[in-house]
Amino acid sequence: MAEPVLQLSDLRKSFGALKATDGVSLDLRGGEIHALIGPNGAGKSTLIHQICGSIRPDSGTIRFLGEDMAGLDMAARVRRGLGRSFQISSLAPEFSALRNVMLAVQARQGSSFRFLRPVASDGSLTGPAMTMLERVGLEARAKVPAAELSHGERRQLEIAIALALGPKAFLFDEPMAGLGPEGSKRLTGFLDGLRHEAPILLVEHDMDAVFALADRISVLVYGRIIATGTVAEIRSDPEVRRAYLGDAA
Amino acid sequence: MTALSRETLVSALLLVLLVAIPVAATMVGEPFYVTLATRIAILALAAVGLNIALGLGGLVSFGHAAFFGLGGYVAGIFATHAFNGEPLPFGLAATTSMPVIWLSAMALCGLVALPIGAISLRTSGVYFIMITLAFAQMIYYFAVSWPSYGGEDGLSIYVRNSFPGLNTAQPLPYFLLCLGVLVAGLVLFQLIKGSRFGTALEASRQNPTRLAAVGIAPFGIRLVAFAVSAMVTGLAGALFADLNRFVSPSMLSWHMSGELIVLIILGGKGRLFGPLAGAMVYVLFEYALGGITERWQFFLGLILLGVVLFARGGLLGLLAGKARHG
Repeated sequence: MAEPVLQLSDLRKSFGALKATDGVSLDLRGGEIHALIGPNGAGKSTLIHQICGSIRPDSGTIRFLGEDMAGLDMAARVRRGLGRSFQISSLAPEFSALRNVMLAVQARQGSSFRFLRPVASDGSLTGPAMTMLERVGLEARAKVPAAELSHGERRQLEIAIALALGPKAFLFDEPMAGLGPEGSKRLTGFLDGLRHEAPILLVEHDMDAVFALADRISVLVYGRIIATGTVAEIRSDPEVRRAYLGDAA
Repeated sequence: MTALSRETLVSALLLVLLVAIPVAATMVGEPFYVTLATRIAILALAAVGLNIALGLGGLVSFGHAAFFGLGGYVAGIFATHAFNGEPLPFGLAATTSMPVIWLSAMALCGLVALPIGAISLRTSGVYFIMITLAFAQMIYYFAVSWPSYGGEDGLSIYVRNSFPGLNTAQPLPYFLLCLGVLVAGLVLFQLIKGSRFGTALEASRQNPTRLAAVGIAPFGIRLVAFAVSAMVTGLAGALFADLNRFVSPSMLSWHMSGELIVLIILGGKGRLFGPLAGAMVYVLFEYALGGITERWQFFLGLILLGVVLFARGGLLGLLAGKARHG
């Protein structure tokens, strides 16, 4: 078996007496969707922050494509191929949808210290950016400032930006949040095909989506992974049922 | 679309006014108004520089007087050494040639801005404002206490520095020269704003986390913007010293930093012609009300209050509507 794309080993992070991450080991393999679920306060966000580089773990390692990520900030991790979306949409609100994606295209090309050539007429930026908007079905709203997009459209734009980075792994933090059943269904179908481009670590509360998409599921409770397995294994795991799923399963 | 073309129209009108007044004043033999217009052009250029950091990058530098003053001292020191026939420190030949002086002023300001920016940009918000102020005050007190170049009394430029093919001692040619540099500064601002760098810089103002999440570290973008901004303001400082034929620590003081911010807020921050609109209103106010009362700044304060409360886009926002992004 090839080395996993992303590998967390014995990751620990405490805030005072609270062990937000308590010895988490987890991996993401090529071609899979690995869902991370857990009740509120389980430490999912803290874990995401550590993977992205905005919180430094107390101990343990995060390896991405075989490289230790310790000491790399968020931007450096993204440049190495970690594409993320945010739990709460994080966009440049004054820029149009298209220009938000163009920013990602320009970042991927690695050339932000160019001062003179106008981006508006730069086909090497607008072309790929438009393609990404078309992929998420947002092309008709390309010229609209991000601040004026609906909630659902902003979620789509987040995905388009992550796609434009051409990442080696996706990290999606509750992409379905606030989408409604119709939107969730469409996004579920979209993510289903996306796993072949790059594996996805999916943090999600929408259990229908998780069960439909995940190759593997890890359950995080009080900072610990209490179970990792296939959908069937997780559904039937008594400890998971007790801690988390309750009657939903 | 209409808002955009209206902004272009208003901007063109401002430029025409700026050119027409001194030309007309020269024809009727009122050179004072030429000096007034030159002052507007130079202050506008200084604010165009600050507008790169403040308007595009959201970096509220309360220390840009440092660069304005440094530019001024470069002009003054070059002129003094050339007048006395002494070489400059480090064995450089003194010259009264403005292009050399401008490049020197810009180079110095860029070099000084890098360490100041590198330290200041580790903070944000009110701390950034305070730390840039602190650096500027350090340079101010250094100038006050350094006797070689006049200390507190400042430094006179006996003969205005020269520009090839132009009689800079005459008000109108010097105005046209400053106007040309202002236009060059405006073109640079517009190019930066529309470029990849400008996109990253504006994104760093709107949402630095978003910028980092596409793989661009905001720090480097901001640092370069701060340095470029300082260079343009420093160039304006060199022109200002030559206009007054005098440079003193007051060019370095925090009043000056505040004045530059006021020009931008008044005119419309982040907008191409905001600094020019702000400088026009400021200088005309200073002249018109300054003749009536010493307390003209009280009335300026009222206007500023009105702008901040009711016209966030500044005067340009009022005249030309809300700014639109591509």
